[in-house]
This record gives sequence, C-alpha cells and structure tokens, in this order.
Amino acid sequence: MNEQDTPTTGSEVATGDGHGQAVRLDEGHVVGQGGIPERFTNPGLPHHVPRMADLDEAAAQRAEKQVATLFGISILGTLLFLVLYFLVDVNETVYVPGIGATSAANVGLGVTLAMSLLGIGFGAVHWAKTLMPDTEVVEERHPMRATDADRSRVVQVLSEGGASSQITRRPLIKYTLGGALALFPLGLVFQVGGSLGKLPQKSLSLTWWNGGPSGPGEIPEFKPLRLMKDPENQPIKASDITIGSVVHVMPEGLLPDPKTQEGGAEHLLEEKAKAAVLLMRLDPSQIKSQKELDWGYQGIVAYSKICTHVGCPVGLYEQQTHHLLCPCHQSTFDVTQDCKVIFGPAKRPLPQLKITVDDEGYLVSTQPFREAVGPSFWERGQ
Amino acid sequence: MSTSTARPADALRDGDSAPQAPPSAAAKKIGGVAGWVDDRTGAAKPVGYLMKKVFPDHWSFMLGEIAMYSMIICLITGAFLTFWFVPSAGHTIYDGSYVPLRGVAMSEAYKSTLDISFDIKGGLVIRQIHHWAALMFIVALTVHMFRVFFTGAFRKPREINWVIGSVLALLAIIEGFAGYSLPDDLLSGTGIRAMAGFVQTAPVIGSYLVYGIFGGPFPGEMIIPRLYSAHVLLIPAILIGLFTAHIGLVFVQKHTQFPGPGRTNENVVGYPVMPVYAAKAGGFFFIVFGVIALISALVQINPVWAYGPYDPSPVTAGSQPDWYMGFADGALRLLPGWLEFHFWGFTLSLNIALGALVLLPLVYTVLGIYPFVERWVTGDEREHHLLDRPRNAPTRTAIGMAGITAYTVFMFAAGNDIMAIKLGMSINDITWFFRIGLFVLPPIAFWVTKRICLSLQRRDRDTVLHGRESGTIIRTPGGRFFERHEAGLPEEQWVLVQHDAVSPLQLEAEVDEHGVARPAHRKDKVRAALSRFYFSDAVNPVTPAELAAAHHHGHETEAIEGTHAAEIETGSRDDDLVRRIE
Repeated sequence: MNEQDTPTTGSEVATGDGHGQAVRLDEGHVVGQGGIPERFTNPGLPHHVPRMADLDEAAAQRAEKQVATLFGISILGTLLFLVLYFLVDVNETVYVPGIGATSAANVGLGVTLAMSLLGIGFGAVHWAKTLMPDTEVVEERHPMRATDADRSRVVQVLSEGGASSQITRRPLIKYTLGGALALFPLGLVFQVGGSLGKLPQKSLSLTWWNGGPSGPGEIPEFKPLRLMKDPENQPIKASDITIGSVVHVMPEGLLPDPKTQEGGAEHLLEEKAKAAVLLMRLDPSQIKSQKELDWGYQGIVAYSKICTHVGCPVGLYEQQTHHLLCPCHQSTFDVTQDCKVIFGPAKRPLPQLKITVDDEGYLVSTQPFREAVGPSFWERGQ
Repeated sequence: MSTSTARPADALRDGDSAPQAPPSAAAKKIGGVAGWVDDRTGAAKPVGYLMKKVFPDHWSFMLGEIAMYSMIICLITGAFLTFWFVPSAGHTIYDGSYVPLRGVAMSEAYKSTLDISFDIKGGLVIRQIHHWAALMFIVALTVHMFRVFFTGAFRKPREINWVIGSVLALLAIIEGFAGYSLPDDLLSGTGIRAMAGFVQTAPVIGSYLVYGIFGGPFPGEMIIPRLYSAHVLLIPAILIGLFTAHIGLVFVQKHTQFPGPGRTNENVVGYPVMPVYAAKAGGFFFIVFGVIALISALVQINPVWAYGPYDPSPVTAGSQPDWYMGFADGALRLLPGWLEFHFWGFTLSLNIALGALVLLPLVYTVLGIYPFVERWVTGDEREHHLLDRPRNAPTRTAIGMAGITAYTVFMFAAGNDIMAIKLGMSINDITWFFRIGLFVLPPIAFWVTKRICLSLQRRDRDTVLHGRESGTIIRTPGGRFFERHEAGLPEEQWVLVQHDAVSPLQLEAEVDEHGVARPAHRKDKVRAALSRFYFSDAVNPVTPAELAAAHHHGHETEAIEGTHAAEIETGSRDDDLVRRIE
C-alpha cells in the first residue's frame, strides 16, 4: 500500500439519487453533534439527457443529411481546387472586396483548399455531436507509482547485474571506462567547434577605411580614401553637399561598378556591414563639439552608420533636430553633440570618421575609425 | 486496497456499457487484416486499450490540440517548401516574373523564395500556410500553457510534462526565428544582424561565438545553410521527440479533468477515443488546417518581395520581429544604456546581454521550476488529477497574471515605434511608460487578480449558503413571511464546494521539547512565510456544518421584507470569518 491508495477527502461518491449519505467514517470526518460530515459528498454523474437524434429518427436522418452535405462540400472544394489549378495563371490578379487586388491563384487555391478541409472537419465533428454516443464513460485511475514489489525488483536487478559484472570489484575497469566515456566526445566537439569558421582576430576592430580588405588575418595599410556615394559609387565634392542634406557613403574601392557589377570588395556584404557611413552637413555654429568640428570639414561630418547597440543601420535622420534614430530599438543620437546617445538602449556614441578634402575638392578620409564600429564585444577596448 | 472493487461512480447510470453486437462481415474482413498484423506484432492488446481510452471534454483542452495540429501543418507544408527553396547565400541576378526586382543582385535563398511566391502555382499559399501555422502554433501552445498553469494541471504527477512543455515552447520560438530568417530578405536579414549583435555581446567569448556561428565575419555565406539545417533537421527532430514524450505522458497519466458531479481524483469521465474522439479530434485537425488555409488565402503575411534582398546598409523603418520574439525585442528597447560597463579595456554590455541572452532562458527556467516551488511551499505530495478552478488558487492565479502582464509590457514595448507613429505620441514617453510599467503593472495585476479571485470565492460561498430556494412561502403566526430554503446541496453547486480547504503551514517551535535548536529552522521560516503568502487570506469552501448553521440561523427567518434577516446573515458571515481565523 502507498499513500495514493488513500482517497483524498471529498472524493467519496454518493449513490444515484444525489443525496447520498456515503461518508468515510474511517477518516474521522464526522464532527460534533448531529453527525454532520466535514465535506459534502460528490453527488455522482448527472443523468444523461438524450438528444433530438437519440429520440427522433427524423432528427437523426436530418443530422445524417447535414453531415453528408458537409462532406459533399469538401468533395466540391477539392474538385474546384483542381479546376482552378489548371485554369488560373500564376500571375493573374483578382479584385477581392475588402482586400483589394491580389493573386488569383493564391485566393482561389487557398479558399478551395479550405473548403475541402473544413467540409471534412465540420462534417466529422457534427457527426460526432449529433449521432455518436454522448453518454459519458467512466474510466478508473490508478496511482502512477509502481508497487513496492516492482520497485524493489528493479533495485535488485540493477544491483545484482552490477555486482555480477564485477565493476565494483575491479576499479581498474571502472576508472578506465569512466575516462574513456568522458573523453570520447572531445574528438567530435573539437571537430565541429574548431572548424566552424575563422577566428575574429582584429577584424571586428577594422574596416575598409583602414585601407582595404579587413577580414580576419588581413591588416590593411592606411591610405586616405575618398568618400563614395552609395550606391552610385561616385566621389563627393564638398561643395555639392548642402546644409541639411544626408548622404550614404562607402569607402573608395569597396563598391562594385553599379552598371557592370564588377570590381569592388571580394567580401562585399561583410565589408559594407562595417564600413557604412552617413555624411551630413550642418551649420558649423550648431555643432557643440570642438572635436566634431575638427574631424569634419566646414560642418560636413561623417559618422558610422552601424548602431553601437546591436548593429542595425541607423537609418532615420531628422533634419530639424539633427537626431539620428535607429529603427530597430530606437537608440537616438544627437549629431550636434558628436552623436552621443540622448535616448534609447545604446551606450556609446557613433564613431566619427575624420575627413577633409583632397586637391580636387573631393571628400577624403584622413584616418580610419579610431575605435571598433558597431555593437560592443568583450575585447573591443584592447 | 479497495481499488479492486467496483467504485460507485462506475455504475452511476443504466446503459453506461454499450450492448454487444455480433460482428458484421466488414468487421470480420478487418479482423482478417488486423489478425495478420497481430500475429506478427501482438498489437491487438494495446490498440484495443487505446481505442477505448477515455478523454474528458472541455473547450480548453482543445488549445493543446490546436498547437499539435499547427505543428503537423508546419511539417507538411515545410516539406513542400524544401522542394523549391535553395538554402544558399550564393549570389545571383533575379530574372523571375516579379517585375520590380528583375535584374537585382540577390542571394539564391531570396530568389527561390520569390520563385515560390510568384512562379510556382500554389507556392504562395503553401508558404503563407506555413507562416500562419507557425504563428498559430506558438499562440496555441502559449495559451495552452496558460490553461495548464491556471488550472494547476502541472501538479504531481505531471511536473515532468510541464518541464517538457516549457522546453517545447522555447524550441518553438527558436525554430520560428530560424525559419523567419531563411528567406534572406531585408527585414529578416536585419533580424539576423541584430542576432549577431546579441551574440557578440556575450562576455569573454562573444566575438568567437559570433564568428563561429557565421563561419567568419557577419553576414558571411554560412548562416543561411546553417539556419536551414537547424530549421528543417535539428530542431524539428528534437521538437518531434519531445512532443512524442509529451503526448505519451498524457496517455500514460490520463488527461486531467475539471471537477464536477461524478468526477473524482480517481476516475476519468469523458468519451472514448473510438468513435467519439477519433471523429472529434480527427475532424478538428481538418478544421484547424482549413481555417489556416482560409487565412492564408485571404490575409497576406511576410511579403518578402516588398522588402528587397538583404544588404547591411539600408534598413526599413518599423522593423518588427514575429510576435513571439516581441518580448525579447521589447526588453532590448527598454534596457537603458548605462548597463554597459567598461573596465580594464573590456566591455560588458548588460544593456544587450540581459535582454537578448539572459531573458529568454530565464523566462523558461522560471516557468519550468514553478511546479517544484509550489510543491515545496504547499508540502502537497498527493497526485492531482482534478483541475483547480483558477479562483480557488488565488495566489497562483495572481502570480500567473503578474507574469503575463510583465510579458505583455515587454511585448508591447517592441511596438513602441509603431505606437508612436499611429498614436502621434512621443516615442520617449511611450518607452518611459513601459519602463515604469514593467515594475508597476505586474504588482497591480497581482493584487487585482487576487482580489477578484477572493471575491469570486466569496460569491461561491454566498451562493451555497443561500441554500436551495424551495419556492414555498411560509407565514408565521406572528404574520411574518419567509421563504423556506432546503438544506441539501443542489447537484449543480457541487462544483462550488468540492475543493480542498487550505490554510498556511504552521511554523514549528524553534527549539524542540528538550530546548535544542532545530537545525532546519531558517528554511522552515522561509517556507512558512511563503505558505502565508499563498494561503493566509484563503477563502475556504462551505462545509456541510456551515450550510446547516446558515439554515438554522439565517434563512429560516429570512423575511421577504425588512432588514432583520440581513443583519442575521451578516452575523453568520462574521461567525464564518471567526471560525476561519481560528
């Protein structure tokens, strides 16, 4: 016997009439005077109320016809699906009220598929609800726990099996087996872990602005790079940038030719993901940071477009307030204050790219980013 | 002990057992095939057992079914999609039938997704069914989880299944994210960009981790095939394995049931698999599939062609993840920047790591251990197969509602930009509202829920104590009128009194009778305090003695007019309170 064999209080069930007197006296429920039990007794299952179809054959036949109609709708749906599949062109559009112009194949095939499925579903459920037996059935539960005999047999089998293998008597086997089992996954773990990809090395702290390809293992040598319009890949004259304008910029040599798609970085997306820059021109009197003025050119300033939070492109520039807003998590940077964070979850300002103009009047970088662009990582300050 | 004898509940009604019919010709034919199989497998016994297995009926038990069916629909449509999808980041130029993107450079993954949408007949509807079913899957399993939590279905012996369910819920989210990222469009690519940022902030190993996952610098060409392998092979295999264990345990432990007349902790009252549940549950699969197909036919989801191929430089405004990722994304929007620390040249970005790396596992760990905490607090070692009505566990229900409120605050915070645009409000104000709300709203939700539960319990008591109205008006010799109330408990009120009375655990004396300090005292103190937190203001069900007392003191003198009876009733209520406090 175990604890679950004792029924919980309140689980006694009365017999039939709903006013049963069955109280388990062995549980000591009866209190004080009058023999009033401590708990009410379960009145037992309510009487079964027959349905229309149980009593009236005409109602049952009606239900049969309803079920058959639903299954019929399903058959019709499938046939319509097949007809539409061959009839409707994949690029045809159709006007559906409330939705507008939409793909005819999508609407037609989807609706007829739904018809063929819902017909079966509603038919089967209606059948079950109207015609199949609706008298509730009672099944007994047993405690989940196995009997004590079964439990002790398992313990006995295991201990006897262990003893007969002599593992306890022969520690040499025990420890070498333990060591072998502990070590064997290492081979597999190192195979997969060691071959997943290149190690980062310095590449998270480098960009194309350092002078060229900045992937793992590549240490570019710095040379001044022109700021190129993205995606036109045209150099930018300082005089073409009006106050209030904003330009997407990539370093010289990164982008392929926009017409022929040739040239450019070998790992284009990887380089773009780090090198993207926003170029803005402000009235120099509005810029409150001397460093920002010094690193810019006559109010033209260049900042990394990669958010210092989790690396989304900082895509929204408010011309009036000179705020940059990241659309992913709403970090807000103030361009007049060296792009420091004025709201949102980012901590660090956007790194500034130091620029000037070359002999031909084109904007050009004078040094790479002085810190890693994009989201933080453990060793970024190293 | 007495389980071998027939229980009274088993023979409560005539005609519970179906009459034996002679086997028909068709049955004999089936018997021939089945006999061939049984000769080789011995399947007759388990199949016969399963076919007459009883399941209780309740609408809320269908929530888990919806989750199960949505998952199966995802498996079916997902298999279809693999026939056309190319999981490659290889570069290609689009030349398909969607004119606006012709000649645009893109990945093979994005191109094949466009082909599925525009060049394969019915491909779009299959893709939309796959996405809608995935969303439905996670909605249904979440609401299913609420049902299990609020009814206490996670109690012994079902703790293991609760833990399995929590793992399933977490895996479903990861599976959803992996699938969402596969098309390599601008929106999902931005999601992967953010994911790379999250991983990169892991203390010490972040940059190695992100280079390992992406096979080098972000985005690289490895992430699409790797996500594909996770999405179609690794995670589904674990999902299906755990799901099989989940459903297997439901069979072994038998489904819980709501309390009601004739339903006890030792029986299951419901309908057998054959034929009722075979028809109802089988039919329900087709209904779920049909409804999702209808939604997919009429409501567009994730129009990847509108976003364009992924490029790390541009971005779409209003970037939103699928709804189930909303709470983690919302957490990232709420966490303030000052949680990033710089020391000795190292950077610790708790403003990201807490929301992106800690929150998700934390939520599911807290969920997973809840049954064990509650069992420790209540000291309840019994098996529970009868569900709690949520009002009868006010503290648990209130904890659940507080948790849901916190989750909802996070989730809505992920839409702060959309709200700011649609409502014309300041995004900073909205963010601050959520930041404060995260700390203020859950306790309010806790308190309100608990008060509502206690009030509902009191109303249940009042209903029972009021007694059954006999409709007999009695006039006393003194000329007063009152209605006679019958003492018996009406059958439909059984559900109001069936649950266990509860009271806080009593703290044992600090020292035993010999004056020796008991070692486990501090732990017991915590436990007693938690027990008071759960049960100190419990409203317990009416007992027969209370009902009898109410009749003696209250209703027999309940006048149809006049205030006297009301006073007496209040008096008897006070007596109840006194008794409970005692």
